[in-house]
Amino acid sequence: MAFTTPAMRHRLGETTRRDGWWINPAAMALTFLVFVVYAAWAAIQSKYYTYGPPGAEHYTYISPFYSPPFQEYFPKVAAFKFFPAFWVVWLPIAFRLTCYYGRKAYYRSIMLSPSACSVGKGAGRGYNGESALPWILNNLHRYFLYLIVVLVIFHWFHFFQAFNFDGRFGMGVGSLVIAADTILLSLYVASCHSVRHLIGGSVDCFSCARAGEARLKAWEGVSWLNQYHNLFFWASLITVGFADLYIRLCAMSIWTDVRFF
Amino acid sequence: MSNKMHLKVFRGDNSGGELRDYQVEVDEGMVVLDVVHRLQATQAPDLSCRWNCKAGKCGSCSAEVNGKPRLMCMMRMDLFKPDEIITIQPLQAFPIVRDLVTDVSWNFEVNKKIPPFKPKPKNPDGTWRMMQYEVDRVQEFRKCLECYLCQNVCHVLRNHGKHDVFFGPRFMVRLAGLEMHPLDDADRVKLMREAAGIGYCNITKCCTEVCPEDIRITDNAIIPLKERVADRYYDPLAMLFRAIRGKNR
Ligand code: SF4
Ligand code: SF4
Ligand code: FES
Ligand code: FES
Repeated sequence: MAFTTPAMRHRLGETTRRDGWWINPAAMALTFLVFVVYAAWAAIQSKYYTYGPPGAEHYTYISPFYSPPFQEYFPKVAAFKFFPAFWVVWLPIAFRLTCYYGRKAYYRSIMLSPSACSVGKGAGRGYNGESALPWILNNLHRYFLYLIVVLVIFHWFHFFQAFNFDGRFGMGVGSLVIAADTILLSLYVASCHSVRHLIGGSVDCFSCARAGEARLKAWEGVSWLNQYHNLFFWASLITVGFADLYIRLCAMSIWTDVRFF
Repeated sequence: MSNKMHLKVFRGDNSGGELRDYQVEVDEGMVVLDVVHRLQATQAPDLSCRWNCKAGKCGSCSAEVNGKPRLMCMMRMDLFKPDEIITIQPLQAFPIVRDLVTDVSWNFEVNKKIPPFKPKPKNPDGTWRMMQYEVDRVQEFRKCLECYLCQNVCHVLRNHGKHDVFFGPRFMVRLAGLEMHPLDDADRVKLMREAAGIGYCNITKCCTEVCPEDIRITDNAIIPLKERVADRYYDPLAMLFRAIRGKNR
């Protein structure tokens, strides 16, 4: 029973809405643009991604774009020395591109599908959404989730390292920047819709399932966090970029890291 | 306090129409539906509109007010500035019968395609038992009024006319309420992927934005169902696991 809806005649952007419906998608598109340009530039640099106090043997801060540092762990593998960031950043990119919230954000702001609710699209019946290639691949999100958990563990490792100034416990502004990045990334991952499903959302009858009560509690906790998943998405995107920028500026001696103790 | 407000109301049918201008007297405490009724009573006796309860419970008075899908009976006139122009249009995802009335019967046909609740076998003591904490989750979905505002705003139906291949958010809510029910025994995962076309939804959440019952349609119904479809059809590891365990659930 196919019929033509009144809205199918609407041109792109046509609407009777009178509010600033375009502000939100425009702001998201701008944020994505700034981030992508900066991240691509920073990933190509392949230097100035660690910082430690002058004369120290080991660095204290490492940019999250370059963590885990494969080139450091496997110095014999020549490939890892070649654009070391590229061995790392594909994973968070894939994770965020397949993230249920990330999808909403780029479908709306970049693909204008739709840019905002009840705003015209100027498109006909040729739409397949996530039922066909390429977007059907977004169903693989959980695999990137499994891998990103490993990355989060490395972030926590570098979190502790950020308070280790050549063997002495200390704290600088950079330690806080790295701490913010690690905590927000962890919250972003913990509030993931796939986590919510795997931990308990897939259970219908909690009183019959094995470990049902524990899974119910876990599901309730993740569900609570999940309400803020969009906030964690943006906050962790901004802090990860800022952490790289901060460490880079310190390493280039453009900025001096302030030590509290 | 009363003042005249400028209304633009759609007059026409599915073959076309226009937004016609009216000046209508508005009293304190009125909602949009009251103003439409006053317009009917004083200036446009042939204006068609649908309503029933005037209490936000029957879901009949759905329309688009300044482009926002709303229940006309739940939208207060004091939301608008006195000099604001108020545009009232019918739903834009269904054929227009006349003026503000649309033909939403497609939804009733879709509803019939969903296998109803099928209880599990009884417990050995001859009863069915479920815990409140298990039904809390599906109770959210029972709040649905069938106002079809979500169906109206969903771009898959609205802008792309995919009524043949996609059930729309309201029926994802119904499917979720059945699939997550602790005592239900039917399996609708194949239906969700195929006839219901859950893959057409690109989780952009317009349905959630407009639901007058604040059902978190995308987060609580659609995404969890997409995850269940992924379990069965898009997760090679889970498929392998099931093959080894030799079970289907
Ligand atoms: S989230 Fe999905 S069902 Fe809801 S309006 Fe968007 S595309 Fe339609
Ligand atoms: S889910 Fe909400 S918006 Fe959709 S029909 Fe039900 S009450 Fe209306
Ligand atoms: S849904 Fe956003 S990270 Fe998984
Ligand atoms: S008249 Fe019943 S919901 Fe508005």
